[in-house]
Amino acid sequence: MKDFIIKRLAQTLLVLVFVSMFAFSIIYFSPGDPLYLYTSPAVSSYKMTEEQLNDMREALGLNGNVAQRYVNWAGKMLKGDWGLSISNHQPVKTQILDRLPNTIGLMGAALLLSILISIPLGLLAGYYKNRWIDNIISGISYLGISLPAFWFGIMLIIVFSLHLSWFPSAGMRTIGVNSAMDVIRHGVLPVIVLSVNNTAVFVRYIRSNTIEQKEEEYVMTAISKGVPKMRVLRGHVLKNCLLPIITMVGMNFGTLITGSFIVESVFGWPGLGTLCLDAINSRDYTMIMGITMLACMVLLIGNFLADLLYGFADPRIKQGREK
Amino acid sequence: MDTILKVENLSVLFRTYAGEVQAVRNISFEIEEGNVTAIVGESGCGKSVTSKSIMGLINKPGIVSKESKIFFQDENILEYTEKQWENYRGQGCSMVFQDALTALNPTMNIGKQITEKILVHKKVPKKEAWQEGIRMLELVGIPNAAMRMKQYPHEFSGGMRQRVMIAIALTLNPKLLIADEPTTALDVTIQADILEMMKDIQKTHGMTIILITHDLGIVANFAQNIIVMYAGKVVEKGSSEDIFYRPAHPYTEALLRAVPRLDVSEETLETIEGAPPNMAKPPIGCPFAARCKKKLPVCEQKFPEKAELTKGHEVCCWLQKGDR
Amino acid sequence: MDKKAMKKLFFSNKMTVVCTILLIVIILASLLAPLSPYDPDAVNVAEKLEEVSKTHILGTDELGRDTFTRALYGGRVSLMVGFAAMCVAVVIGTLIGTISGFKGGKVDMVCMRIVDVFLSVPSLLFIIVVYSFMPRNMVTLVFMLASFSWTRVARVVRAQTLTLKERDFVLAANALGVRQKTIIWRHIIPNLMPQIIVAASLSIANAILDESALSFLGYGVQLPMASWGSMLQSAQQYILHNPILAVVPGTMILITVLCFNVLGDMLQQILDPKLVK
Repeated sequence: MKDFIIKRLAQTLLVLVFVSMFAFSIIYFSPGDPLYLYTSPAVSSYKMTEEQLNDMREALGLNGNVAQRYVNWAGKMLKGDWGLSISNHQPVKTQILDRLPNTIGLMGAALLLSILISIPLGLLAGYYKNRWIDNIISGISYLGISLPAFWFGIMLIIVFSLHLSWFPSAGMRTIGVNSAMDVIRHGVLPVIVLSVNNTAVFVRYIRSNTIEQKEEEYVMTAISKGVPKMRVLRGHVLKNCLLPIITMVGMNFGTLITGSFIVESVFGWPGLGTLCLDAINSRDYTMIMGITMLACMVLLIGNFLADLLYGFADPRIKQGREK
Repeated sequence: MDTILKVENLSVLFRTYAGEVQAVRNISFEIEEGNVTAIVGESGCGKSVTSKSIMGLINKPGIVSKESKIFFQDENILEYTEKQWENYRGQGCSMVFQDALTALNPTMNIGKQITEKILVHKKVPKKEAWQEGIRMLELVGIPNAAMRMKQYPHEFSGGMRQRVMIAIALTLNPKLLIADEPTTALDVTIQADILEMMKDIQKTHGMTIILITHDLGIVANFAQNIIVMYAGKVVEKGSSEDIFYRPAHPYTEALLRAVPRLDVSEETLETIEGAPPNMAKPPIGCPFAARCKKKLPVCEQKFPEKAELTKGHEVCCWLQKGDR
Repeated sequence: MDKKAMKKLFFSNKMTVVCTILLIVIILASLLAPLSPYDPDAVNVAEKLEEVSKTHILGTDELGRDTFTRALYGGRVSLMVGFAAMCVAVVIGTLIGTISGFKGGKVDMVCMRIVDVFLSVPSLLFIIVVYSFMPRNMVTLVFMLASFSWTRVARVVRAQTLTLKERDFVLAANALGVRQKTIIWRHIIPNLMPQIIVAASLSIANAILDESALSFLGYGVQLPMASWGSMLQSAQQYILHNPILAVVPGTMILITVLCFNVLGDMLQQILDPKLVK
């Protein structure tokens, strides 16, 4: 188990380094001179000396070659200094951390919903393979995989907000109202839309897993011990069917993040996604970089935790034997 | 000696894309209590399907025909309710599978897999069941049993895993034990150890065992009775002496020639040429006719009637008709 | 399994036949789009936001353009982008997958780590970010989409190459001293075809879906060109009074993606007899 954790940790760090290089290149290649504000006669009448400019570059970490600048920048990131937003000159970190809970809440609720729905559906479909109930569930899951999430969101808004007025169509809170119920009412549609794709993927995965596990020989052993069939399903098959879902959830974290960006933009949800799209529109590079780093970190931590959890749940990996 | 199990007119077929495959065709035999009976034949001859029918493990697309009857202590188990089946499996009859690695649940520790059987059938406290589990592991010769109870299948060696499998089957002391190729997946030396252990337990407990195997070599000084199957039919059955020293069916003779022997050093091993018939379209006559060196014209037209040569030694072969 | 049996299975399955026919209809319709009496880009303010009628069978948009005609032309763009992205992804994925599987060892290690990196970043976010720096045209779009979907092809191809590598005809070619490049081209890649076709089908579905999401967010196909996704973007403001503007392109995306997904899946089941049972 220890080796397994170390190996996964190393892998995660490696990806993080790649991602940070990518994020750094956003700043590095971004058009325009960061010192424009201080040097342009259009902005400031005070003419700085070459020495002062150099000091300033030093302070902003703009001196040296690419490698030095990268190390410099990465050090600052690690210390928690994510720079100032180009468009509103507020610290990037506080703005991101303000929005983060909204996105995490959306993602968490959607993930929970997906898991709760997909487990019974997937087990049912797999257990009754090729019967009518499986055909219905599999059909719906095909739809769920092929559904453009943003379009589904628009359709839900048309039906449930504009025509039925059951749920608000946009935002996270009604202005002036400050209750949890209000946030939940705003969140229903976005959470549904965000969970559709993952639910469909999980259902299909659990289904094929169930079909596979049902045919395993250990099921026959259990039955030949005289264990009632339902108890075999509950005690043996269920656990082995559900174990790989942990990995599946980890692997789908990426789709969940990008999905939440799209859903936020459809429903005007004040999360990281809308913040990021605004930043891209206003070419706020420090902000883009910060969000990219954070999104990747969330994803990597999610992956890592999923792997860890799986390792603890499956005795084969726990004892240091990978499958 | 009492008959513990009686199979009458058992037929099993599988509905597949390729058509109906008749895995077992109208076979009958009896198993005597306290004896070891071996069912021998090449792979695909229906021996495993027969054993699964006795355990009630034939699932779709497999079907046990309506005429089939299997009497266990005078009760036809094919008419059992689900509840009766559960009771019978485990306490009446239990089974050892060929490959313990796939036959044991990889994510459940050994202790739980043994005690599960006890707890399903008997109302005893978990602690007592656990103690019983340790006793069973010790019985099959697993050292450090108390510690190994908490381990998972992948932590055992192949031989030890098969011992666990046997321990699970022996738990609750079932009247009949079916061992389906119990040593095929193992190394030869470990094979011998396991067989020796099974023999010991059989003798001390007076167990009834059905040993399913393709290897006549391991049957020799273990089984009292032998049933030879070919292409879903029983072609010969008799006592161990009958089969080994007075084989009457050409197929049995061929099988015997394929077993390496220590007592006859100069003889070379023979293989049986050809392959068993396609069971989707089994031949009308004797299924072995196509590979038989002593074939008569009648062999391909009609399946031979059963002939009793001496008491308990029966064979289905045209060569044994009349002239003996 | 031989080709004849595969064909038989393919045509005996109702789902695959229905999906194939639907796709052929959609592709033909977008190819034949110029037959429509309307110009997809001609602005006609007098007829803006019209309801469904005989002249405009699916109504008109905010600039008076015929929705049906625009949907056909939009299909051209969506399908083309999806197809092109799939081609690029398949070529890259097949090359890296076969080399990785065939060479093994360090090459394999490095390739698979690269695949891991690509699989563990939020793809759409990266595409949007990069796209905001790059010249926004179809070529960039296609390559961006492909750069995140080749990994799946590579994984499938690698796994299949690993089993093919041990097959007798490859071992024989190796023993005869045939050059590795020749073995890969002559023996490995032709035998990967079924798996590649499955991966390609699923990859088109994904590319179309991703393209529509990007275009919807305003980072995909650029105006005046329209794809189904960008049609949805402009329709968003009119959903209250003219919901059909949003319904049409979305339904087209759904049907097309669904067909490719189902086809890919069914093909996979035909190829893998273990699943058919």
